[in-house]
Amino acid sequence: MKAFRMHTGLVAPLDRANVDTDQIIPKEFLKRIERTGFGEFLFYDWRRRPDRTLDPDFVLNQPRYQGASILLTDRNFGCGSSREHAPWALDDFGFRAIIAPSFADIFANNCVKNGLLTVVLPEAQVATIMKRSQEVEGYRATVDLEQRQVRDDFGLTASFEIDDFSRRCLLEGLDDIGLTLQHEAEIAAYEARRFGAR
Amino acid sequence: MALELQKPLQERAPSPASPRTLFEKIWQEHVVCEPPGQPPLLYVDLHLVHEVTSPQAFDGLRAAGRRVRQPQRTLVTVDHNVPTTPGHLPITDPIAARQMEALRRNCQEFGLTLYDIDSPDQGIVHVIGPELGATQPGLTIVCGDSHTSTHGAFGALAFGIGTSEVEHVLATQCLPQQKPRTMEIRINGSLPEGVSAKDLVLGIIGTIGTDGATGHVVEYTGEAVRGLSMEGRMTVCNMSIEAGARAGMVAPDEVTFNHLRGRRFAPKDAAWDEAVARWRGLKSDAAARYDKVVEIDAASLAPFVTWGTNPGMVVPVTGRVPDPATARSAAERGAAERALEYMALAPGTAIEEINVDRVFIGSCTNSRLEDLRAAARVARGHKVNPKVRALVVPGSQAVKRDAEREGLDQIFRAAGFEWRDSGCSMCLGMNPDVLQPGERCASTSNRNFEGRQGRGGRTHLVSPMMAAAAAIEGHFTDIRRWRFQ
Repeated sequence: MKAFRMHTGLVAPLDRANVDTDQIIPKEFLKRIERTGFGEFLFYDWRRRPDRTLDPDFVLNQPRYQGASILLTDRNFGCGSSREHAPWALDDFGFRAIIAPSFADIFANNCVKNGLLTVVLPEAQVATIMKRSQEVEGYRATVDLEQRQVRDDFGLTASFEIDDFSRRCLLEGLDDIGLTLQHEAEIAAYEARRFGAR
Repeated sequence: MALELQKPLQERAPSPASPRTLFEKIWQEHVVCEPPGQPPLLYVDLHLVHEVTSPQAFDGLRAAGRRVRQPQRTLVTVDHNVPTTPGHLPITDPIAARQMEALRRNCQEFGLTLYDIDSPDQGIVHVIGPELGATQPGLTIVCGDSHTSTHGAFGALAFGIGTSEVEHVLATQCLPQQKPRTMEIRINGSLPEGVSAKDLVLGIIGTIGTDGATGHVVEYTGEAVRGLSMEGRMTVCNMSIEAGARAGMVAPDEVTFNHLRGRRFAPKDAAWDEAVARWRGLKSDAAARYDKVVEIDAASLAPFVTWGTNPGMVVPVTGRVPDPATARSAAERGAAERALEYMALAPGTAIEEINVDRVFIGSCTNSRLEDLRAAARVARGHKVNPKVRALVVPGSQAVKRDAEREGLDQIFRAAGFEWRDSGCSMCLGMNPDVLQPGERCASTSNRNFEGRQGRGGRTHLVSPMMAAAAAIEGHFTDIRRWRFQ
């Protein structure tokens, strides 16, 4: 897994609550059997009109947000389907971190597994960053996982919480299957205790 | 296939001093170890696998040279992509065909039994698990699908996972898991006539919101929940995820045991008696505390219809499309305005005046025999409105056979419904069953998200009876006034 320590980048504001994974990556793109190449389908039905041309009004299509690597959005982001294609698409599109007041559980888990950091900040701080990202052209922020902080050049220093294990996995880019396999003896002992000798 | 699921812990833990919830009992029994600085490792008893969220997981195993640790605890089928035309054929989508073929190859390579499209046991993974008796009280069950919460209806701890976690479970039969919080949703009183399990869960989501249970495992309790059949409990637990819950559960009781007895993978003979004795202990202790409690009066519930683009946007069928101007916050007002624009609905419109183009009866929420019986009871002796195209998709081939044995297919066909083979179908439209842009659908599925059933399609979630009645009337109608024939 890709490590995440600190990232500074352009912030794109997606000012909507309850963005579900069907919007992040519509079902017609879930039939691919690879992990890569999902970026062009990110927010497909919002980015593209029915005739498949880009909708210039959608935030990610606006010139000023091209190259954005931090997505800022409203509460309950990533609700609905468990499809990991959603973080794959966000990652492939170029996002490294997502900031919101809350995330759906499965989506947040899936992000950690892909080195994509989900940052939970209080609504007031999200609103502040939202305003700046809409008003200040080229607005950038820094997401610092070591310090557990989001900072900008306008005096913002916002602390966030993240469980120690997820933080460590992200900082070190750990393969957590490998970590679990280090406990092979305990797993085998559990199975023997519960199911008898095999 | 020999699923080995239900062997008891041979060394029983001494009974703990503090009272525990149903969730805590199952959780504790499945903690393999608690490595310092890491979340507890939770053992997974049953892993359900389907074609859409697994190919990349198998690729990961191959790349790392890992095997599937417990093939006999892994149950695999195809459901999301399969056509529902007779024999599930032809598969006209080459990319879907490639994904199903990949699953076949993976099952062969890793030694897994696959219930393929030609299997008499094929069906939606959340329908066949319980049907085969693989879903049992006290188990931990995961699947790369958010509606895995369905299986909690049996008093199992069942939750959806992503593809990386699918790979993790395939390789280790364990998952590192942070312990979720607990929430009790108690439904007092009994459900009024015409109010189904679907209406109950839509009412719950309408009350607590689509993130009302985020971070929590919900246990449904109370008289109304005890009064539900297993199918009804599955419908309620199925949609727990639509309230953000990690899982939904109902403590097992006689209804559970009677439903499970005799199924293929259920314990037999002395093992059955022993299992039931153990399962009787799977309930929250009287003094157990939940992190959060919500109480709902069953008498306050009605047949519901969603009006917007998430399952929390719901009103009784006798109600009207709400006016965004009355929303509690600017954010909610914006969301409601956007939803109404997408749904092409004006505030104040009576729900019963909304016409539908399509009706879908199916999905892991409402495609079991009881659901089809309820819909057929409404359809009997009536005709589908000529402006409506209506589809009935049984949840599994076994449900289909059982329904045909009872003549339900004849009732549906005579009324003008299409009768299909099993699969996820129009719940998410990964197969050819999709809405066209602008089409409005009364659907027994679980998500009314934008584009869920087809780009530009407009979904209204309802119960099977309400869907059947909408097919016949051509618009939503209050099932409590239905002319049953």
